Amino acid sequence: MSATSTAPKSGSTALPAFRPSMKVPLSLGILALIALVFFGFLGPDQTAEMKISDAGDAVAVPALMIPGQVGGVVLGILLLAMAAYSIYLWTQGERSPKWLPIAFAVVFVFALLVWIVAGARQPSISLAGLVAGSVTLAVPLVFGSLSGVLCERVGVVNIAIEGQLLGGAFTAALVATMTGSPYIGLIAAAAAGAAVSMVLAVFSIKYLVNQIIVGVVLNVLVSGITGFLYGTLMVPNKEQFNTPGRLDILPIPLLSDIPIIGPILFEQSIAGYLMYIAVAVVWFGLFKTRWGLRVRAVGEHPQAADTLGINVNATRFWNVTLGGAIAGIGGAVFTLVTIDSFTKDISGGRGFIALAALIFGRWNPIGAFLASLLFGFAYNLQSILGIIGTPVPSQFMAMLPYLVTIFAVAGLVGKSRPPAASGIPYVKG
Amino acid sequence: MGVVKLELKGISKAFGTFYANQDIDLVVESGQIHCLLGENGAGKSTLMNVLYGLYEPTAGQILVDDKPVTFRGPGDAMAAGIGMVHQHFMLVPVFTVAENVALGAEPTSFGGVLSIEETRKKIREISKKYGFDVDPDALVEDLPVGVQQRVEIIKALVREAKVLILDEPTAVLTPQETDELLDIMRQLRAGGTSIVFISHKLREVKAVSDVITVIRRGKVVGDAPPTASATELASMMVGRPVSLSLNKAPAQPKETTFVVENLTVRAANGTNVVDGISFDIAQGEILAVAGVQGNGQTELTEAILGVQEHVTGSVTLDGKQLLGLPVKDVLRSGVGFVPEDRTVDGLVGPFSVAENLVLDLYDQAPFASGIGMKPAKVTENAKAKIEEFDIRTPSAGSAAGTLSGGNQQKVVMARELSRPLRLFIASQPTRGVDVGSIEFLHKRIVAERDVGTPVMIVSTELDEVIELADRIAVLYKGKLVGIVPAGTPRDTLGLMMAGVGPEGGSDD
Repeated sequence: MSATSTAPKSGSTALPAFRPSMKVPLSLGILALIALVFFGFLGPDQTAEMKISDAGDAVAVPALMIPGQVGGVVLGILLLAMAAYSIYLWTQGERSPKWLPIAFAVVFVFALLVWIVAGARQPSISLAGLVAGSVTLAVPLVFGSLSGVLCERVGVVNIAIEGQLLGGAFTAALVATMTGSPYIGLIAAAAAGAAVSMVLAVFSIKYLVNQIIVGVVLNVLVSGITGFLYGTLMVPNKEQFNTPGRLDILPIPLLSDIPIIGPILFEQSIAGYLMYIAVAVVWFGLFKTRWGLRVRAVGEHPQAADTLGINVNATRFWNVTLGGAIAGIGGAVFTLVTIDSFTKDISGGRGFIALAALIFGRWNPIGAFLASLLFGFAYNLQSILGIIGTPVPSQFMAMLPYLVTIFAVAGLVGKSRPPAASGIPYVKG
Repeated sequence: MGVVKLELKGISKAFGTFYANQDIDLVVESGQIHCLLGENGAGKSTLMNVLYGLYEPTAGQILVDDKPVTFRGPGDAMAAGIGMVHQHFMLVPVFTVAENVALGAEPTSFGGVLSIEETRKKIREISKKYGFDVDPDALVEDLPVGVQQRVEIIKALVREAKVLILDEPTAVLTPQETDELLDIMRQLRAGGTSIVFISHKLREVKAVSDVITVIRRGKVVGDAPPTASATELASMMVGRPVSLSLNKAPAQPKETTFVVENLTVRAANGTNVVDGISFDIAQGEILAVAGVQGNGQTELTEAILGVQEHVTGSVTLDGKQLLGLPVKDVLRSGVGFVPEDRTVDGLVGPFSVAENLVLDLYDQAPFASGIGMKPAKVTENAKAKIEEFDIRTPSAGSAAGTLSGGNQQKVVMARELSRPLRLFIASQPTRGVDVGSIEFLHKRIVAERDVGTPVMIVSTELDEVIELADRIAVLYKGKLVGIVPAGTPRDTLGLMMAGVGPEGGSDD
């Protein structure tokens, strides 16, 4: 410690010892109480059935049967215990460990699920279907958020993910129909996404136009163009231009029969497999290769990169373009996997959710992937719960993904730090 | 590998119609420390950026070992054996030392996969050779500036630089760190590396240079031997005779009217950035606060002004408590405040000089009546101040942001000194200001003392502190190391700036 030779003589008014923020312990405590009271004591008395394996699976696992009220009380007490632990840590002046809010969230969501299912007209859902469906819905989000990661890591904010998804979706449908091959459609979608991205790159990097504005304008532009072509070209000539057919599901023998994990990992279309590969490749590339080191340097401190002989603007241009191609593939999933035709604005704001996912995932490909899965889960829950008939109005269910987004981006899971030069154009000198 | 001789022939660099460098000739012999001396804005950094390939020269030639070369970018310069340590470090804060050193010249295995281990080994080797004590796995943002600078030097050495350009390397260092850097430079020279040392600090230049080239307004004024006197060198820099000493009369302190007691400022992360500081200033006395940048000076002055949160303790002026008052009331109590960064806090760049001169009085007579402003009075005031403070501006209506640093600072100083003051606080009053203006600004500060105002100067330039102070307070990590009288030896002050008490030992 340093010396203080002229220590203050007057009585010192010591500040209270530093405490970490109350935010986490407090919110966990409140949520736990809500869960205990509403899901537990006031919970429904039906028993919720959660099926783990489907009828056709090679390995049959019995379904989970959870009585609504008792399950709610037990889960509520478990949540309270976790909240109490967090509060205890806070009184000791320590922060809650990172796993705690995550574990809490998982149990809370499970309790919520039990409550909703047990209160439904038909109190049974398939967990396997729920998870597999979440992954399917998350695929475009994952591609979109990977695109965002690539762009922001290199210092360009990509608000145009929505436009890239939409451009990819439209081009995939059009080209797949005209060539008769969804695979060619997939490649064309990548090209379309890259083209949208190049516009963003040229305007924001070369002409230094505000990146947010270019991105927003591009979204509107792509929506307008695809909407126009859809109306004039696809609607009157559906057979010729808008019947792309689907990408085949390619199950991997044996592995795809594993309960829950099988359908998620080993029963996907080529786009699904590509997603897993892309997450791994982007992560490895960013953090383990020369390319990644340079990309991150450009996004954090472009001037430093420049003084070491790295071409900042070229690096940015090609990364943004690559990001666009990836988002384009994500767009193709809408028209080649989920539904087999294009409709106006089919991406429906998923690009913005992808943007939220990349922030929630802290600009890390794996984080963005996990965040996208969470949003995918929210989307899927909404539709499944609609089917089984819950007491909760469907409008509220439709709000779910966006609520999750707001909480996630508001920094519920700690502060995240964006790349320092993200959004700032680089001008030499 | 042989050593490199570097020659610049007739280098000019124009930005629009403005010539930052004009027809500059410079020969850096191998194994020498060649100093470029000049004021801020003289064109030293521009010249080095040309040499390093960051700028393309408008005219002229660069010769390496008598062969003309063209640098299309820093990559070319590095390949020719030129390395540069920039004034503002070119390090990625969230990268490790090894990642920063590797960047741009990454050792890779198959397929571009990084093999950072090689870089770490090299860093350890160089570290050992020069006694750098740098951990290759430390995050750069966690390192003190002195160590960050060594990382920059390692970056150049790993690339086998034969000519090392150091751009104002001592600006961010304590006196002790500066001495260490000068030693490192001598060691490098002994190892055959030539060094181009850019500085405006005469003492360092004289201590370490083999040859001194003086640059003024983008042109070479001439060469000087390191034996030239400081006054000679300063006169060459400014272009007219300057007196380096202020020759101020001894202070005649009267009543103590400004008292700070146990002032503490807590930062968002829970640490005390200002920690229990107590001092007082008498009327007609200058207290200079010394310390390396970032040891709580900013927070201290801002706490007094009332723009910091989480402040405890007591600040009284003429017996009145200032803590807790709105900034406007603090200013109305007679506090004049020159903030440390004039471009951010001191001026509104796009506003005219005249408007900037009344930023604190615009709502009062004679500049306003009711809800209306009186532009004629504002202009009249501006003309008087421009005259009085010798502000070099095309007109009172010119945007303040277009003036040179020295003249911008004069605008801020003129505004703050235009009210009757009970306390005058100036942070970094002459940072980035030319030698001629420094002389003027210092005289104004002393004049304010002599009319009987308590004056508090915060400066990271030890020369300035010694020049102005009647008493010197030294800050280290938010704590007051001690208050010592003017005339305390530099070495003692230097040690205090590193946290060692004035009695010669750490006493806790």
